[in-house]
Amino acid sequence: MESASLPSPLPPVSARRRRADRLARSLLWTATGVAIVPLVLIVFYILSKGLGALSLEFFTTDPTGNFFGDQGGVKSAILGTIEIVGFAALVAVPLGVAVALYLTEYGGNGRLARSVRFFVDVMTGVPSIVFGLFIYLTLVLGGFGGSSFAGWKGSAALALLMLPIVTRSAEVVLQLVPNSLREAALALGAPRWKVTARVVLPSAASGIVTGSLLAIARAAGETAPLLFTATIVKATTFDLNEPMNSLPAQIFQDLKQPNDELVQRAWGAAVTLVAMILIVTLIAKLIQRRSRVQGAP
Amino acid sequence: MNPDKIDTSREAAGAEAPQGGTAPATAGSPGGEQPASPPAPAKRQVELRGLSAYYGDHQAVKHVGLYFAATDVTAIIGPSGCGKSTMVRCVNRMHEEIPGARAEGEVLLDGGDLYGPDVDVVAVRRAVGMVFQKPNPFPTMSIFDNVASGLRFTGTARGEVDDRVRKALSEAGLWEEVKDRLGKPGLGLSGGQQQRLCIARALAVDPEVLLMDEPCSALDPVATLRIEELIGELKQRVTIVIVTHNMQQAARVADTTAFMLGGELVEVAPTDKVFTNPDDERTEQYVTGKFG
Repeated sequence: MESASLPSPLPPVSARRRRADRLARSLLWTATGVAIVPLVLIVFYILSKGLGALSLEFFTTDPTGNFFGDQGGVKSAILGTIEIVGFAALVAVPLGVAVALYLTEYGGNGRLARSVRFFVDVMTGVPSIVFGLFIYLTLVLGGFGGSSFAGWKGSAALALLMLPIVTRSAEVVLQLVPNSLREAALALGAPRWKVTARVVLPSAASGIVTGSLLAIARAAGETAPLLFTATIVKATTFDLNEPMNSLPAQIFQDLKQPNDELVQRAWGAAVTLVAMILIVTLIAKLIQRRSRVQGAP
Repeated sequence: MNPDKIDTSREAAGAEAPQGGTAPATAGSPGGEQPASPPAPAKRQVELRGLSAYYGDHQAVKHVGLYFAATDVTAIIGPSGCGKSTMVRCVNRMHEEIPGARAEGEVLLDGGDLYGPDVDVVAVRRAVGMVFQKPNPFPTMSIFDNVASGLRFTGTARGEVDDRVRKALSEAGLWEEVKDRLGKPGLGLSGGQQQRLCIARALAVDPEVLLMDEPCSALDPVATLRIEELIGELKQRVTIVIVTHNMQQAARVADTTAFMLGGELVEVAPTDKVFTNPDDERTEQYVTGKFG
C-alpha cells in the first residue's frame, strides 16, 4: 500500500480555462473599482469641503439673508426638511402599504390590480420635478388652502414621489409571506381582514418598515419638487401652511451665490443632509438584519 | 338524511344520533347517552354527496360520495394528483381560496350542508380544523400565541384563553415539552414539535372535525410515530380525516380507508379489508405496490 496519494485520474484545469478565469476576474475587479471611485470621491469631497462649516451656530441659527457679515446657519432648513418629509411619510406610508395590501391580499390578478400595478410602475419612473410641477399647477397657483407656497404642498409633492416606492417595496415583501401562513390562519376560522392584520402584516412588518425608510431617505434628498412648492425661506416655521425651508433647497440657493462663505454653508448643509439620510438608511439596515436573525429557524 | 345514499360502512356510527330527528335505521338509540356524558359527542359526522372540485376547467375531484363517521379515523390514500388533498380541502372550504378553484355538490356536517347559501365560511372553518403537510406555525408568534391565535381570531374571552391553550397543548402531547418556554418563538421547536404545535392550534378552537393533509410527510419516523399515537388518542374527541401517501401509516391509524384514483373514489371499506381483500382490482394493485 502506497502512503502517497495516486495521481488524479481526472484531467487538470486547462490553460484556456485558467486564462479565461484570470481575464474575467480582472474585468470584474476593474468594473467594481471604476464604480467605487466616484462614490468615494463624492463622500470625501463633501466631507472635506463641508466639515469646516459645521459649528454650533450652524445648527442653531436661521439664515439671516445677509450677503456680508453674519450669514447664519441652516436651522430652518434642517427642521423644514424633517417637517416636510415627516408629513409626507405620514401620508404616503400608510397609503402605500394599503395599496400593496390590496394588490397582494385582495386584488389578485384582476383587471383593477393589474392596472394599479402598471400605474405604480409608471409613477416610479416619473421625474421628481414633474410631481413638483403638478403640485405647483394644482395647489400652489390655485392658492389651495389659503396659501400659495406652503410646507404641506412640498409634502404633497414628496408623498406622490414616495407612494410608488413604498407600494412597490411593500408589495414585494408581502408576496414573500408564505401562503401556508395565510392558509393556516384561514383554516383556523379567521376572517380575511384578521388574517391580513394579525398574520400577514406582522410577518412582513420589518420589510415594510425598511422599504418605507428607504423611500423616506430618497424623498429627503429631493430638491426639484420643493423649489416651487415649499420654496426657500429664511425663518424657521412649524406651520405647514406657510412657505418652509428645506436642506436641498437651501443648498441650491447658497451654491449659486458669488460668496465663498455662502458656498461653504451649502457644503455644510450637504454634509448634514447626507448624515441624516445615512442615519435613516442605517436604521433601515439594522431593522432588516434583526428580522433576518429572528426569522432563521 | 337518507341512509341508502351513504356508501361506506357505518358500524362506528351506531351510537350517534344525527340531528334533525330522522335517525337512520342503523342508529341504535337516538338521543341516548345524554345523562352520562355532558357534552354529548353525538355529532361530528361528515357526509360528502356528489362532491366535485375544479381548478378552472380541470376537474380534480369527480362526484365523490363519502361518509366520515364520528370517532373514526378515515384515511384517504391514492397516488399523487388523484385529488385526495383537493377533496379534503373541500370539507372546510379551503379549496375555494385558490384563485379559479370551485366546488360543487354537498358536504353535510351533522346533516347541514356546508355549501348552503347562508353558511358563513368562517364558521365552517371553526368547526372543521385543518393540519397541513408542512408545519406552519406563525413565525411572529410565541408558542403560546400560536395556540391562542385561533381563539383570538374567533374572539374568545380573554380569561378562557389560558386554560384552553393549556388543554390543547396537553391534548397534542406537547405540554410537558414546552411548558417552560411558552413565550419562546414557535419556530424554535423541532419539526415534529412544530407539527404538534399546529395540531394544538387547530384543537384549541374546539373543532368537530380535524382534517390532516399528509401531516407526517415532512417528519422523521420518530416524530411520525408520535403524531400517529396522537391521532389514536384524539379520535375520541374529533372526527379525523387523514390524507396520506404512506400506506403503512393508513394501515396503522385508520379505521376506514378510502382509495382514490384520477379524482374518483374507487373504494371505501374498513382498513383491514382495503389492505387484505379489496373489492376493486385497482385498489389491490395500488396497495400491493403494482403502481402509484
